[in-house]
This record gives sequence, structure tokens and C-alpha cells, in this order.
Amino acid sequence: MGHLFSNYYEAVSVILFGIGFTTLLLNRNMIKKIMGFNIMDTAIYLFLAAKGYIFNRKVPIVTGEVPTPEQYINPIPAGLVLTGIVVSVSVTAVMLSLTIRLYRRYHTLDIDEITRLVKEEK
Amino acid sequence: MDFIRNFPFFCIVLALSSGVISSVLSQKAAKALTFCLVLLALFTSAGVLVYTLRFGEFTYMMGHFPAPWGNEIRAGVLEAVMALFFSLIMLLSLLGGEKYLKLDIEEPKQNLYFVLIDLLMSSLLALVYTNDLFTAYVFVEINTIAAGGLIMIRSNGHSMLAATKYMIMSLLGSGLLLIGLTLQYDLTGHLLMSNIQDSLKTLAEHGEYTMPLTVIIGLISVGIAIKSALFPFHAWLADAYGFSTASSAAILSSLVSKAYIFLLIKIMYRVIGTEVFWNSKITNVFFVLGVAGMLFGSFSAIREHDMRRMIAFSSVAQIGYIYMGLGFGTTLGVTAAVFHIFSHAATKSMLFVACRGLSEVSGNKKDFSDLKGAGYRNPVAGVAFTVGAFSMVGVPLFAGFISKLYLTSAALENFDWKMVIAVIVLAISTILNALYFIRAVISIYTPRNEHYRDANFHPGITFCAGIVCFIVMNFMLGLASDPLIRAIEIGLRMFS
Repeated sequence: MGHLFSNYYEAVSVILFGIGFTTLLLNRNMIKKIMGFNIMDTAIYLFLAAKGYIFNRKVPIVTGEVPTPEQYINPIPAGLVLTGIVVSVSVTAVMLSLTIRLYRRYHTLDIDEITRLVKEEK
Repeated sequence: MDFIRNFPFFCIVLALSSGVISSVLSQKAAKALTFCLVLLALFTSAGVLVYTLRFGEFTYMMGHFPAPWGNEIRAGVLEAVMALFFSLIMLLSLLGGEKYLKLDIEEPKQNLYFVLIDLLMSSLLALVYTNDLFTAYVFVEINTIAAGGLIMIRSNGHSMLAATKYMIMSLLGSGLLLIGLTLQYDLTGHLLMSNIQDSLKTLAEHGEYTMPLTVIIGLISVGIAIKSALFPFHAWLADAYGFSTASSAAILSSLVSKAYIFLLIKIMYRVIGTEVFWNSKITNVFFVLGVAGMLFGSFSAIREHDMRRMIAFSSVAQIGYIYMGLGFGTTLGVTAAVFHIFSHAATKSMLFVACRGLSEVSGNKKDFSDLKGAGYRNPVAGVAFTVGAFSMVGVPLFAGFISKLYLTSAALENFDWKMVIAVIVLAISTILNALYFIRAVISIYTPRNEHYRDANFHPGITFCAGIVCFIVMNFMLGLASDPLIRAIEIGLRMFS
């Protein structure tokens, strides 16, 4: 239990990942699915950001004085998080546009209901 | 000769930029650009293959930052063969399905189809060549978006729903892949494949972090398995392949899912290391799920009355073969799996294109009752379908026979529980394949449905050209497989 509390960032992000993953998998509402996807990805970014932080160190921005790497936190996770955010934003956009088109056609957000309506269409 | 080292990078960047340019071009210009691009990728990959065969593997630095910091591209024999083959299949699928794009896709959207193809091409090449795990993740997502677009572009209810289901399952897979990569980064502090392997080796020597490493292997493997439609994660597959246009179905089944499997093989060899990977027991999971997929995919295919969906379910079975090969946990098994990637890609894309040709002469319907006699109404498509069916069943002379031969010999290498199950299931699955494919061939050659006959029907030059190349490729794989097998062996040796 001690490890769980000293690594609370990681524990929280894994719990959030689980919440997002199950929402994306099991929820029937399309909008909630997309929210679940975003929670899942954000949890991973929290995990990365928490792992990149080193206690008592500064933001990796050079301001005048001669920098030594020992003063700064790890900048790479920040870069990964930024890239990841771009990816998840574009995927969210695609999913939302698909949802809009399905809603215009079938007037519901429930994926099971849409499946039923599509089957009847034949 | 050293300028050949630039080719992989050029191809990826050209594909990305021609995707951007295609969005403002007319349909004709976009099509010409895409065909030029795929041809270019074909020739440059051939160049890379010759270079790597002569001078060995090479890494290409991007942005002039050396190894632990910068991003890298790596090309060996296996990567070059993969890229060559992917470009070839892409070219033939587009060529064979070109005629049906006009029928299936609304006029103003036709140039967008080629935007998606360009993006898909760039992500496929990047997945094949990249040496950086995070780059691989980014291109996995580009691949997902482009593939989702290829399904949904046929804007009817079925294809939109299929695209939604595909995207949801793919996003679950890439979420697992991403958290696996993140955990791996925490463990090693590296993103380049070769650096990761070095630090993992040091960890393994000290016996540290074995549990987290197992978790990482599990997460990455399950993520990729979902994305490549391994049984039981195949729920999205039948609709996605069944309701998209012919080229899309061919490309999705033969390239998109295969690129993920290739990424998995790369991770197996170049990131985790075969020893750790094979000892982690995840191969047993692959084996069991692969075997289950071989049976259940075939059972689902037997129950189908829709020919497109039947071919789609047969893909589940074939993906099962590939994972079974990976599940043996031996070099011979992986060689057989890689060869099956090639033979399945060549056959399945031909089947999808031929099936569209058959349904064209049957009032655009896909049910067996409507397709009766279609082999006489469109002889080219009929012959191609028959060749594809024989290859899938595993009749000698065709590509499928060789891959079944290698899978069986990989199974017989070690005498354990896997061997017994593998041999029995291979036999059963071959019978099941024969059941539904022979039924399909008989039904297209049953002389019925004369009211669909159109005396002026001509299959079209591009369709015929694509189909003829497909058939030739199938026979080449079936009759002269040795050079390819040898190339795969050399490539796998370069990997480790």
C-alpha cells in the first residue's frame, strides 16, 4: 500500500485510464464514448508528465545563465505529451464528425439503436 | 550508391505532401499523382532492397541528431521487401478497383479518396521503416484515421456504422499500445528501438523489473492484436470489409492489418528481444487465440450468405494463421508467419477485387443466389476468384499452399502440445476453408440468372490488368517462393 500512496500520480492515472477505457468500450452513447477516449488519453499524458518531473528541478527553458542538465526536469515527456495531444485532438475530431453524421441520419446517439436502424434499412 | 539511403525518408515525406496537395486537385490529377507516388514507392523500395542485400542494413538519421536523441529510420532486407510488397499490392488494388471508385463514391469526394490513400501509403511506409517507437505510435494513429476514412467515404448508413465501430476498436487498441510505450519509456528512458533493447538487456541481466516488462509486453501485444483483428477482437471486421468499396476492402484486409503485425514482429525482435518475448508466455496467448480464430473465422464464413462478408470472415481465419505462426516462438514460425502475411495479402486483395467484379454483373448484389453464373458473365473476375479460392484453401501451385507447408513444418519442429494442436487445427481449418470457398466457386459457375446478362459488358482495361498481375503474383508466390523465403530469413537475421 505504501508504494501506491507514494506514487499517487501513477495510481490515479492508471485508474483514470481504466475508467476511460471501459467507457469507450462499454458505453452506448457516442458522445460518452468519445469522452471516455479523451479521459483515457489524458490519463496517459498525466502519467507521462508525472514521470518526467524530477523533484526540486526547474522547467527546461534556458534563460541567460549557463545551463547544466542537472538543473532541469526531463523535457522529452513534455514533447511526447504535446504530440499525443495533437493526435488525440485529430482523432476526436474524426469521431465527432462521424457522430454528427450518424445523428443527422438516425436522430439518436445510442450505438445499439443505430445498429438496429441500419439493419432495418436493408 | 549512398543516395539510396535517402529513399525511405523521401518516400514517406512525398506521400505525406502529395496527400496534402491532392486535397486541392481535381479527381483526375489526384489519381495521377497517387499512381505516380505508388509507382515511385515501388521502384525506390526495389532500390533499397538491392542496396540492403548488397551492403547490409543501414540507419538514417533525421535532423542530424545522433542516436539516443534524434529520430531514426532503419532499413534492412525485411523492411525493404515489406515496403516493396505493400506498394505493389497498393498499386494493384487501386488498379483493379479504380473503375468502381466512380460507382461507389460521390463525385465531389473522389479526390479525397486519393488523399486518404496517400496518407495511408505514408503511414504504411513509416510503420515499416521507423526505428522510433513513438513515431510508430503517431503513424499508427494516422493509419487508423486514413483507414477509417477509406471505410466511411462510401457514405451510406452501413459504411458509416462500420467506420464508427472500426474507429472505436482501433482507439482501444492504440490506447493500450500508447500506455505500453509509456511504461516502456519509464523503464528504459529511450524511444529508439536499438537503445531500448540495450537497456532491457542490462535489466534482464540483473533480473530487475521482470513484472513490469511482462505487463508492457502484454499491453503492446493486446493493443496490436485488437488493431489487426485477431480473434476475439474481430467484431468490427466483417462490416468494415463488407460495406466499403472494393479497393478499400482490398487495402484494409491486405495492408492495414498486416502493417500492425509487422510492427509487432519488429517490437518482438528489435525492442523486447526474442528471448524475453518468447519466454514471456504471451506467445502461448497468440497461439491459442490464433488457433481459435482459424476455427471460428471459418465457422462464421460458412454461415454467411453474403460473399463479401464471407471473404471478410475468412480474413479472421487467415490472421489466426499468422498469429499461430508467431505463437510457436521459433524463428521458423516467424518466417512462416511473415510469408503468410505476403501470401494472404496477395490473395485476399485479389479476392475482394474479383468479388466486386462478379457482383457488378449481378445487379450489384453480393448474395450467393444473385452471384450464380457470374463466372460466365465476367470471365476475368471468375478466373481470379477461382485462383484466389484455391490459394486460400491451399491447393499446390498456389501461394496458400506454400504458407501452409511452412506453417506445418514450423509446427513439426518441436514436439510439444503446440505441435499436436497446430497440425490437427491446420487440417480441420483447411477442410473448412475448402467447404466455403469451393461452395462459392461452384455457385459462381452454376449457369443461372441469365436476366443479368449484358451483351455489351466489358470488364475494363484497368480491372483486367490488375487482375492479371494479381494472378501472376499468386503463381509466382506459389511456384518460386524460395527467393522470398530466403530474403525473409536474411531480414530476420538482420533484425536480431
